Amino acid sequence: MYRLSVSPHIHSKASVSRIMWTFIVALMPAMAASIWFFGPRALYLEIISVATAVITELLTGLLLKKRITLSDGSAVITGLLVAFNMPVSVPYYVPIVGSFFGIAIVKQLFGGLGYNIFNPALAARVFVMFAWLPEMTTWNAPLTTSGFSKLAGFNFSIDTITTATPLAIAKMKGMAGLLTEFGSKMGMYKDLFLGKCPGCIGETSALALLLGAGLLLLTKIIRWPIPLSYLATVVLICLLSGNDPIFHLLSGGLILGAFFMATDYVTSPMTPKGMILFGVGCGLVTMVLRLKGGLPEGVSFSILFMNALAPLIDRYFKNPVLGVKT
Amino acid sequence: MWYSGLKIKTFRTGGVHPHEYKGLTEECSIINFPVPQKVIIPLSQHIGKTAKALVKKGDMVSEYQLIGQKDGKISANVHSSIPGKVVDVVMACILNYQVLSVVIQLEGEFKTGNLKKDEWEPLKKEEILKRIESAGIVGMGGAGFPTDFKLSPPPDKKIDTLLVNGVECEPYLTSDYRLMMEKTDEIVEGIKIVKKVLGVRTVFLGIELNKKKAIKKFKDRLTSESNIHVVPLKVKYPQGGEKQLIKAILKRQVPSGGLPFDVGVIVSNIATVYAVREAVLFQKPLTERVVTVAGTIVEKCGNYKIRVGTTVSEVIKEVGIHGPIGKVIMGGPMMGINVSTVEAPVMKGTSGILFFSEKEARSIDYSFYKPCIHCSKCLEACPVNLNPSMLSILGEMEKWEDMKGYHLQDCIECGCCSFVCPSRRPIVGWVKAGKALSA
Repeated sequence: MYRLSVSPHIHSKASVSRIMWTFIVALMPAMAASIWFFGPRALYLEIISVATAVITELLTGLLLKKRITLSDGSAVITGLLVAFNMPVSVPYYVPIVGSFFGIAIVKQLFGGLGYNIFNPALAARVFVMFAWLPEMTTWNAPLTTSGFSKLAGFNFSIDTITTATPLAIAKMKGMAGLLTEFGSKMGMYKDLFLGKCPGCIGETSALALLLGAGLLLLTKIIRWPIPLSYLATVVLICLLSGNDPIFHLLSGGLILGAFFMATDYVTSPMTPKGMILFGVGCGLVTMVLRLKGGLPEGVSFSILFMNALAPLIDRYFKNPVLGVKT
Repeated sequence: MWYSGLKIKTFRTGGVHPHEYKGLTEECSIINFPVPQKVIIPLSQHIGKTAKALVKKGDMVSEYQLIGQKDGKISANVHSSIPGKVVDVVMACILNYQVLSVVIQLEGEFKTGNLKKDEWEPLKKEEILKRIESAGIVGMGGAGFPTDFKLSPPPDKKIDTLLVNGVECEPYLTSDYRLMMEKTDEIVEGIKIVKKVLGVRTVFLGIELNKKKAIKKFKDRLTSESNIHVVPLKVKYPQGGEKQLIKAILKRQVPSGGLPFDVGVIVSNIATVYAVREAVLFQKPLTERVVTVAGTIVEKCGNYKIRVGTTVSEVIKEVGIHGPIGKVIMGGPMMGINVSTVEAPVMKGTSGILFFSEKEARSIDYSFYKPCIHCSKCLEACPVNLNPSMLSILGEMEKWEDMKGYHLQDCIECGCCSFVCPSRRPIVGWVKAGKALSA
């Protein structure tokens, strides 16, 4: 008797772990930037967060009698993204609670990889945001010298000088406030692009994030429709409302959200049309929250909001089947 | 480039690029496979009703003797491929399902000798069709649609084009390519016969660009005949799918649930056209075909002219296999069916027999599939623009009826979705089950 199976009998090299580990590689430039600008404590937060995510995945997997899927790397991604979404000064228990919540509640209890409705990292961020609002909104200015130089000394202390994120300044004092903060407009763009501004550790450097996003687009792990329609909608709303589009593109978590979180396979639509609608929705909600909401930033909420709509979008925006008259 | 005057065509929706593995056999000329000691000839090698057995246990048969009588309009005659004694007429396991088959033990002599050659030009359309019918010709690309039935479309379907399918987009397979290289004139003659039967003016011969020599050969051969056009096609699987080929060459869309004749087209495969010529010119029944035998563990890979009914065990004996066999696939690796027993026979539609090693077979183990992560790679790969992800999720839950809402019946089972699936889900398996169980 020979082995029996259905066709096809050959396969491309694609695998879930290959996708996930490439994704992790794509997050590495942003991780390096987080250490560069916020020092060793950023690395420490990331390690704690990833470790919590991995251990939680393992334990919940054992408890729920699921197949252990640690090797696919998805827990590492969630852990990293949870840490990326925190200010450098948060107490260490915050990423621990966040990663635990993301993996145990949002992912595993909903059925594990492939079944979760919400992006685990984003849901975790919103959860800890409300649980520890002051800690999650206390911002430190970026270091003036490379944070890597402090790695060797195991210097995990942080400065106590707190400041406000560019989006918060824009909300309170408008463009004039930003100009006093950064000096000139070009100087502001430059600092925002490089990541030299207060914010969550993984979101500030547009340059590092775009490097990773480039890798994901080249390897076709993510596709253009969601990020492009998301960013285009933000630009359009800025232009219509008289806000600075470049400032809004580069500040806050927009680049991180558009390329690394809104594109999450499980929680976003599957057809090109659906993806575009999803991206437009994300952009719309982000800008409404940024311009009219109570908090300065709205990326996480917008993506979570659209996550909830993704199944509905999939239902109504199907690909036209060839030969079927509509 | 020498083919620069020709426009390279392709279908636009989906498709994948598997490794071709054609190098194993593409330079192997067709050689005659030894006469087998025993054949198992299934009486159903076609779509439609099983042929009625005309012989019983103990009967002596000669080569080319009719042993299965066509039963009804959609059915086909079956002939003996060797002279011998009928040792049994039983239900045998063919491609993993049971079919009434005639088992013949080689005995006696080949009396047929050289067949008399007729001229086909003076023959009437009806006579040609009759010869095709009595020779038991069926589509040799795999589907096994009775050719006489295909070539007599209902009168309300106006046929204006014949497409000859020389694409051979399945990896490993080169049997059609070798036929095109070695029997160019015969194939052109076969095309002309089919063209006459259909009464069409235009013929397109589609060949994938990985067979440049064949394209050139036909292009040179056909310079004088203005109405048979060679169309080079981009190398992309499933370029040879009937509907994809029609879309690529004619930009026509076969409607859901329809057949090519609904858009005025008849598609015929190279091997079929060749068999039609032999049936019409020599009144030779379809009892042998060219089969690509390949695989990394096969010692003598090649293209063999094998008698219908020859079992896999005879093939193994002849070509030599080193190392344990993991999988035996009848057909190509994308759509072929793998068999569990060495008693499985070569049939009219068997274009290839592939032998995979244990390691190759283990590398695709659908029993360890993972959950769908909704990456939408299958949606991008589907040449019909279906949502294979959703079909697989519904299939996994055994919601066969719900699968119909996702156009289950439009799936051509080409396997592109499973091929690209990072979770290695047996999507085609669920579709096949869904089609069988939702009816």
